[in-house]
Amino acid sequence: MERTRAPIYEHPWAVRFTHWTNAVAVTVLTLSGLRIFSAFPSFGPKIPQQDLFDPSSLVTLGGWLGGALAWHFTFMWIFMGAGLLYLVTQILSGHFRTVLFVPKDIPGVWPMARHYFLFGPKPPQTSQYNPLQKLAYTTTLAMGALSMLTGLVLYKPAQLSALAAIFGGYHQTRVWHFVAMCGFLAFIPGHLVMVALHGWHNFAAMLTGWKKNPEYTPASARQRAR
Amino acid sequence: MPQTRRELLKLSPVLALGAFAVPGLRGPLLRAGVAFSDWASAETFRDAHLAPTYADIDAVALNRFPYNGYDVLEPDIDFAAWRLEIRGEVTKPGQYTLDQIKALPKVRQNTRHCCVEGWDVIGRFAGTRLADVLTLVGADPTARFVAVTCADDYYESIEMACARHPQTLLCYEMYDHPLDRGHGAPLRLQIPTKLGYKQAKYLTTMTVTNVLPAAASYWGDQGYSWYGGL
Repeated sequence: MERTRAPIYEHPWAVRFTHWTNAVAVTVLTLSGLRIFSAFPSFGPKIPQQDLFDPSSLVTLGGWLGGALAWHFTFMWIFMGAGLLYLVTQILSGHFRTVLFVPKDIPGVWPMARHYFLFGPKPPQTSQYNPLQKLAYTTTLAMGALSMLTGLVLYKPAQLSALAAIFGGYHQTRVWHFVAMCGFLAFIPGHLVMVALHGWHNFAAMLTGWKKNPEYTPASARQRAR
Repeated sequence: MPQTRRELLKLSPVLALGAFAVPGLRGPLLRAGVAFSDWASAETFRDAHLAPTYADIDAVALNRFPYNGYDVLEPDIDFAAWRLEIRGEVTKPGQYTLDQIKALPKVRQNTRHCCVEGWDVIGRFAGTRLADVLTLVGADPTARFVAVTCADDYYESIEMACARHPQTLLCYEMYDHPLDRGHGAPLRLQIPTKLGYKQAKYLTTMTVTNVLPAAASYWGDQGYSWYGGL
């Protein structure tokens, strides 16, 4: 058995608060968004209309288009507010360095993927997140930014016509907004499986901030020990 | 381990979201959310900013521009006797003929029509600026709203900033022909800065007012955003 390491304060309050707020907000926005999509489940022309699939057969929220829009127009503020709080606090504190995927993380992605998916050896963990985690989290944060910007364009295509043009116009922006949702839907199951596999201490850290007996020693502590 | 309980308590504000799960609170909270969105939309509306306009070739063919009536597409209208009744906070209330409205400068614009359902089409429209009609009838410039009623019993209202926007038209032509019956003949609202359901067809009365009528917006009264702005 490995020796017990000292607890580490992994997740500052703002990270935990916005994580749980947006866990709710993303769920509400996805379900109400699917109900909104079912009013016109296509990315083509109105005439002739070719439906992709009927999301109302999936779990949706709001009952009818007006109800779903009310949920969407309420929780978009919660989602954006939490997103901006996260962004500002992460930048001001410098804590973003723990999660932002940068070029030097690239070589570490494959060994980690090989470990998870192909039973390869486990690369030694030296920091809070491994390179594959950083890639997943950074991509998901980018999806959050994409869903917010495209959502603003869909909400105000005339007022924000310059921003709409960046995404290829109102019609195309609907596609990008959908892509952002697919990005979240691709992330969430893998995220939940990983949380389940990594046990209670890991999960509790997102509640209290503190990780008991972490599987790594932070760089700052290694520095001090030297 | 230091202070884990206090750290956990600091997350308690997240539990406030549970209010949305309480049936008695859900309705008021969601109405407040839509009202806040409408307020923020009105506050950030740019009076002089134009919605994008497009070349003639970008407009869909007329037969691919959907008819989207809520009730009947051809309400009973006596076109020879048709007048637009204008009333409220105006110095010259009365019955206005289509020719009087057409006598004002004509604006032709290809703009995107966005439906709340998610589809959109670029169409070609022409008509008189609502702002010019408001000037013609001596509308009180400080009045807050313009409300309309329609031959198919539809009704809508918009705020004055939108009514005075240069692209907001009393539209009498599409694709260089008089409006056909399904698209709202003889006169409809055409507003590139609003969703489709705000752009009422078959207009019969127009009221300049400081107080929204109890029946303010056909779909808004049923739960859609009243503002419906783009």
